[in-house]
Amino acid sequence: MSERLFGIHGAALELRSQRMGLLTSNIANAATPGYKARDIDFAAALAAKTSGAGTDQALAGNTLYRIPTMDSADGNTVELANEQLAFAENAVAYSATLSFVQGKVDTVKRALKGE
Amino acid sequence: MPQSNPQTLNIFTLAQRGMSAQMVRMNAAASNLANAGSVAGSEAEAYRPLRPTFEAELDRASGLTGVRVTSVSPSDIAPIRRHDPGHPLADANGDVWEAPVDETGEMVEIMESARQYQNLVEALQTAKQLMLETMRSK
Repeated sequence: MSERLFGIHGAALELRSQRMGLLTSNIANAATPGYKARDIDFAAALAAKTSGAGTDQALAGNTLYRIPTMDSADGNTVELANEQLAFAENAVAYSATLSFVQGKVDTVKRALKGE
Repeated sequence: MPQSNPQTLNIFTLAQRGMSAQMVRMNAAASNLANAGSVAGSEAEAYRPLRPTFEAELDRASGLTGVRVTSVSPSDIAPIRRHDPGHPLADANGDVWEAPVDETGEMVEIMESARQYQNLVEALQTAKQLMLETMRSK
């Protein structure tokens, strides 16, 4: 039922939230020697999730290491500006997805009320 | 300080740990700055700049990676030997040992640490706001 009502937005919201955690991990480890930054290939993860995989499964195969523009001496691959950008983009996308979900809910509520 | 917490990480605990790690780093740099120019009577007694060691801590349950400080240890830079026979702490040769603190380096360390702390606060605020929006949606 919820699948038919919310389409991909339910899955997208969950993945966006997971990605937010992952990007915060990168930001938190900006100064940890040897830390390798990771990110989700969002399109691939969403495709996996909508074709029936669980969230963990969808993330496992599509969480990739970031390729740094410039190598740092201590092996850390976090580039703060990029991580902040990705975080901001992800937050906006989360908001957008959330408003789609809200729109769907409003539609159903109006239908129920017979407006 | 090394401690492993069995609690599952979420975005709030993650940011909190990152922030406390940055606090440790900032305190170490501040104590280095405070001891810049301090003088000792022997090489062994001289102040050595402190450096925290960060380590990534993966939480398999949530897929998040926190950060923790494994140790705060003195660096092995040799103290600066200075000939100053008039100094009250001078040894038999008339030498004193000065703390080898790079003040500019410590300032940079503090600024970088403050920036990263700020980044975590920002991330936390955004996450909190999004969560509230999600909860309020009716």
